[in-house]
Amino acid sequence: MIFAVFRTHLSRLRRDRAAFVLAFVVPIVFFSIFAGIFGGTRGGGTRRISLAVVDEDGSDNSRRFVAALKAEKGLSVATGRIPDGRTTESPFDRATAEAAVRAGNLPAALIIPKGFGQTPISFGGSGARPRLELLADSADPVAAPVVSGLLQGIAASAMPDVMAQTGVQELEKWGGGLTPEQRSKMEESIRFLRERSAAKGPSGGAAAGGLVDVQVKDILGQTKKNPTSALIAAGLGVMFLLFSASGAGGALIEEAESGTLDRVLSTNVSMTRLLLGKAAYLSAVAVAQLTVMFVWGEMFFGLELHRHLPGFLIMTVVTAVASSCFGLLLAAMARSRMQLVALSNLLILAMSALGGSMVPRYLLSETVQKMGLVTINAWAIDGFMKVFWRDEPVTHLWPQALVLLAASALLFAGARRLARRWDVA
Amino acid sequence: MSARDGQPLEVGGVAKAFGSRPALAGVSFRIAAGEIFGLLGPNGAGKTTLVRAIAGRVVPDAGTLTLFGLSPADSGARSVRGWVPQEIALYPLLSPRENLWTFGRYQGMDGEKLEAAIRSNLDWIGLADRADERTERLSGGMKRRLNIAAGTIHGPRLLLLDEPTVGVDPQSRERIYAMIGELKERGVSLLYTTHYMEEAERLCDRIAVIDHGRIIAEGTKDELVRQTLGAAQTVTIDAAGPIPEPVREAVRGLGGTVDGTRVQASVEDAAGRIRELLQVFHDNGVRIRDLNLKSATLEEVFLNLTGRELRE
Repeated sequence: MIFAVFRTHLSRLRRDRAAFVLAFVVPIVFFSIFAGIFGGTRGGGTRRISLAVVDEDGSDNSRRFVAALKAEKGLSVATGRIPDGRTTESPFDRATAEAAVRAGNLPAALIIPKGFGQTPISFGGSGARPRLELLADSADPVAAPVVSGLLQGIAASAMPDVMAQTGVQELEKWGGGLTPEQRSKMEESIRFLRERSAAKGPSGGAAAGGLVDVQVKDILGQTKKNPTSALIAAGLGVMFLLFSASGAGGALIEEAESGTLDRVLSTNVSMTRLLLGKAAYLSAVAVAQLTVMFVWGEMFFGLELHRHLPGFLIMTVVTAVASSCFGLLLAAMARSRMQLVALSNLLILAMSALGGSMVPRYLLSETVQKMGLVTINAWAIDGFMKVFWRDEPVTHLWPQALVLLAASALLFAGARRLARRWDVA
Repeated sequence: MSARDGQPLEVGGVAKAFGSRPALAGVSFRIAAGEIFGLLGPNGAGKTTLVRAIAGRVVPDAGTLTLFGLSPADSGARSVRGWVPQEIALYPLLSPRENLWTFGRYQGMDGEKLEAAIRSNLDWIGLADRADERTERLSGGMKRRLNIAAGTIHGPRLLLLDEPTVGVDPQSRERIYAMIGELKERGVSLLYTTHYMEEAERLCDRIAVIDHGRIIAEGTKDELVRQTLGAAQTVTIDAAGPIPEPVREAVRGLGGTVDGTRVQASVEDAAGRIRELLQVFHDNGVRIRDLNLKSATLEEVFLNLTGRELRE
């Protein structure tokens, strides 16, 4: 009996060839996607942290420090930007660098203050020294600590001469001074270090902690009740919207199998109208789902929905429409419920991994981050982050809204085209 | 041309093949106003393909199809046509009331007209007291009746009924027959497909016998019988005891056969021949236990036309 049950199900799977193939292909594809995303593909490149640098000091030492930052492989340093309508780069100042971080263009900006060049390094925090400011966006909680660590290392390797000179000054201050001969030897040694560092660049070696004084300022998260809730709500919300839309879109397959679709299409309802009606319904359900999720977030997880209602509404509607059209496309693509389940698992989980629903995109390599831009998730999450994290005005949502609406139109057109198989025989 | 003109249905030389398999091979017939036209044939004969073509869901490879002079895809044709598919093509999670509302709206009805149609249809199909239950919980017969109402909610003038009694118990079947009678009284023209010959005999004004995608005979039941089997009827006499030789000889002389105590003969002049046979029995003192006169059935017509049983 058990064998009969086993055999019956195996035969069913074998008859549905697409589902049969997907059953074996899905795990392989998933393995490849996740290994690629989280393991780092060969040639895909590791993640570099983008950093805006403002050199307010302009001294010889500060320039050397900036050059060393630029040479650091873990950083992608920008000292200026090309303003809208211009072709030449204008250097960052404190305001424009902070604005860039606030806008989410960069996760952090380093301000090198005036006077840094005179005493860039101090041991053990002794003496008065200018403080480097690291303006950070804590939506990327990794960037600020990593940059802070790198700054210490770079300070040691980029300016060994300064470090030695500072050491001598400390010795003179606390050790009772040097003889002229000792001083001459020491200066010769410092000159050698300076020349060697100019010739070789920073060695990247570890340095003692606290060589440079860095103050991290969280310029966005400091005003938030629960900094991560917006990211989580947006990420998970979009993923479940896609799942729920594709599941509900499956009603189309059931209608086709039961003969109801045939009957409906013999009335005054055309296939286009039917799909539009379904898209409207799925979108309304999706809006309700996201609303419930964000209201829950406000009630229990410090998500400030009431302060961001217009932006939330815009992003919710465009995300809901895009998810619904995506669900319809999958339903029109699949020939059976079994195929729909396999197909939606494959595509939605892959999109969610790439698009930032599972892990934030800033943790992924640059290549994978760019790949993520083909997903609904990435654009939706970016939009929600603009609203809830960056407090940007709703007018700034147009790129996300435009892309998601254009995607909706394309997905709907695809669904309509695939649904031609149900039009007439 | 408006939907008020023309014959309810005219089918001329309609052919359709799915791949290399022909489903319809030049079917022609027409249905008059208020007529119930039966399409009788075994499973796979092409009945459902033809109905789907009339419903606008299959495009014929050749031939013409018009409903009141309109093409099946025309919006006017959609309004005057009702279709009751063989499947229970309803939304199982919706109630009967919601299903009727849905199909009424899909046919362009709204407002009080739709509400009134829902109420009268629920009464008509005897589901007024279960109007708000889930359809999936109704019995098979109730679902069949609702299936019919969903195809007639908008008051079509031509109704396509594709095997509406499949899987229905005798009691529910009678109820469906009564509904079909009421539709006819309202002046609705019906195309009724079935592979139950007794249904076709009982309900249909005219019948077309379809097999392998072709109509092989068409007419009233009597016409079909006359065309294929002639006007002969079968008389059967069961004797109460053994049949003596003089009676056997007389029966054979009248063209009949004797099998045990049963005498059977094919007769055209039923009254005259029966009188002669009874006289022979009487003259020889043979008592009669039973006498039966039977006209030819559509089953026999089909067997004669195709060489096989209707339900094969």
